[in-house]
Amino acid sequence: MSTHRILIAGFGGQGVQFAGRLLAHVGMYVGKEVSYLSSYGPEMRGGTSNCSVQISDKFIASPLVLEPTELVVMNGPSLEKFEKTVVPGGRIYIDSSIVAKPAVRSDIEPHPIPATALAEEMGLGRLANVIFCGYLIKKLDLCPLSALPAILKEVVSAKRPELLEGNLQALALGFSM
Amino acid sequence: MARKVLAKGNEALAEAAIAAGCRGFFGYPITPQTDVAAYMARRMPQVGGVYVQAESEIAAVNMVMGAAAAGARALTSSSSPGISLKSETISYLAGCDLPAVIINMQRAGPGLGGIQPSQADYFQATKGLAHGDFHLIVLAPYSVQEMADFMVLAFDLADRYRTPVMLLGDGMLGQMMEPVVFPEPVKTLPEKSWAVTGTKGKRPPNIINSLYIQPDELETLVLERYKRYEAIQREETRFETFFADDAEVLLTAYGSTARIAKSAVLALREKGVKAGLFRPVTLWPFPQEALRQAAAAAEYVLCVEMSMGQMVEDVRLAVNGAKPVHFYGRTGGVVPSPAEIIEQVTRIREGS
Amino acid sequence: MAVVFTKTQGLTDAQTHYCPGCTHGIAHRIVAEALEELGLVGSAVGIAPVGCSVFAYQYFNCDMLQAPHGRAPAVATGVKRVRPENLVFTYQGDGDLAAIGTAETVHAAARGENITVIFINNAIYGMTGGQMAPTSLPGQVTQTTPNGRDPRIAGFPVRICEMLSTLPGTAYAERVSLDCVKNVRKAKQAVLKAFTYQMQGYGFTIVEMLSACPTNWGLAPTEALAWVRDNMIPYYPLGVFCDRRVER
Repeated sequence: MSTHRILIAGFGGQGVQFAGRLLAHVGMYVGKEVSYLSSYGPEMRGGTSNCSVQISDKFIASPLVLEPTELVVMNGPSLEKFEKTVVPGGRIYIDSSIVAKPAVRSDIEPHPIPATALAEEMGLGRLANVIFCGYLIKKLDLCPLSALPAILKEVVSAKRPELLEGNLQALALGFSM
Repeated sequence: MARKVLAKGNEALAEAAIAAGCRGFFGYPITPQTDVAAYMARRMPQVGGVYVQAESEIAAVNMVMGAAAAGARALTSSSSPGISLKSETISYLAGCDLPAVIINMQRAGPGLGGIQPSQADYFQATKGLAHGDFHLIVLAPYSVQEMADFMVLAFDLADRYRTPVMLLGDGMLGQMMEPVVFPEPVKTLPEKSWAVTGTKGKRPPNIINSLYIQPDELETLVLERYKRYEAIQREETRFETFFADDAEVLLTAYGSTARIAKSAVLALREKGVKAGLFRPVTLWPFPQEALRQAAAAAEYVLCVEMSMGQMVEDVRLAVNGAKPVHFYGRTGGVVPSPAEIIEQVTRIREGS
Repeated sequence: MAVVFTKTQGLTDAQTHYCPGCTHGIAHRIVAEALEELGLVGSAVGIAPVGCSVFAYQYFNCDMLQAPHGRAPAVATGVKRVRPENLVFTYQGDGDLAAIGTAETVHAAARGENITVIFINNAIYGMTGGQMAPTSLPGQVTQTTPNGRDPRIAGFPVRICEMLSTLPGTAYAERVSLDCVKNVRKAKQAVLKAFTYQMQGYGFTIVEMLSACPTNWGLAPTEALAWVRDNMIPYYPLGVFCDRRVER
């Protein structure tokens, strides 16, 4: 396996950081080298949020993802800002229920998923981020569905076990798409 | 085997400090290290320790001085501008021979600068942090695992040599998450018969002080301290080499820049360029002799930093003119990429 | 022959470096006697400042720590937080406490830090040779106010006890004077009370002592004591500014 360099971007409150931590945990669970880096500073407060995740067989150098192989965009500004950074042949996962425009580049693989609309439709509230996680886990062949409940327990706050069920459903939904 | 957890650098530092027996944390908020304080505010009461949010960086480090003088393992954490404020009392800590640990998660400067990662406080940490003849031990971790391991090491070295120790990271190391195995909690801490804990009427008063009006008395004490520094240089100098044995191109870098340099080394090797890396782990004492030896077989040395060139001066002193020493740096919070380093190597080769 | 006086066990035998007529000696003795009478010499950790009393660590017969200029309340905080069973006091002059260390003083009080501050107010910087202090009086001639302190240029003196008594963390704030025997006795009572409050865990306590500096005021010792009476007490009224016995 080569290195998966994943950049996830959206509005604050969409669970961008949670999605990044979840994917990093999945990578760690299956014995890969992983790193996760959140954006920090004033830009965190209001507005955009993004994070870098890497999953690799090799030593990970900089945790900063500047040229993603996988880009997840959950809002319009992030598409404009980051589409150009994806490596040729890379993949772009767009929340098509929020971002009206499609990706313009022809040398990257578009994966439009109406994640926010799906989450609402399925009674999963704001778990569009987790639907994306399920989708990426399957696409990148990171681990089987059966491994996910144990991993999720590591990430979901121990104080809020009631969130586990919804998150699992959202993962399964993304995984099955 | 202990369990791996995915931890953020700043939180790994904090949890490892608790494992090291630190029971006094005194802080003041500043990006990008505030999560150390936030973590300690939550954890310290759970382990019977003390967390105080001070009114300033200055007050925070003085609280550390008090707690260290009273015999506790005490810690403060900040980022570049905050370290400038703490510098006066760090000189007092050195002058009083007090063990304490200071974290600097560097951000870009000068002035208020920026909040993105930087290595522009190398001079400050290793040469001229504050007034007087003194040194700090400066440890430079390059991974979340080392952040945790070096925190325990920092407290041990501080107690062993009765000196302040700085853990010099940067915003990227503090904010990133990686798998980490936490160190085992320290079971017994060293006795500190010199601490101010009250005489209980059983011994003469202990006095902790850095004022000596008689020049010869002060000189004697400073000379004694420099003897200890010699022992530190002899016993505690640490470094890592990576493909350095047969390297024609020897990179030098520390902290997060060393991660990027490692990538560049691997990529250069794939292109058939014999590249290697020398990574100082202690910045003071600087691994001068080891670097001199590592550079002996190389054609040239390229020092990479997130600064305008600070460690490169120590690299040049170590190489001492035997080989050309080049420098590549980014500053202002810009993180160099492996591609930039490779480009530098190509340029140097074409130039020669 | 009957012994009518012995020096307190709270002081060492070291000869002090203070000038003739300086009231630091009286203040030291009061603090040391209070420690001894309360059985706290073996418990006490004192913090010496930067200023005339920088050598206090040689004179008090208890564990001592010398702090950077103005930072004694923060250093004391560190000691007290990790050793809450010990009595912890700072001994600071007006430059140390009310100028460079104002933030540390105010915030130690604001936190209700369970320490005692002995504040020597002699309206001048003594050790550096007589410059204007934050507590120098309007009109007072000093090396840096050669024509007298003009509040339009050099601002107004700070009344520390009044200021700190507004903070709920301050358990006890009293201003005393060392100008005469009667007031010296009152000063001792104030220190005893402050230390007692600390051992009860009531929070921040401060005793401000109006003190004489004959050398830098250019006065004979008796004249200097009269100057305290005639000039300082009117601006810095004596008394208890707050007394809050609330266990925390």
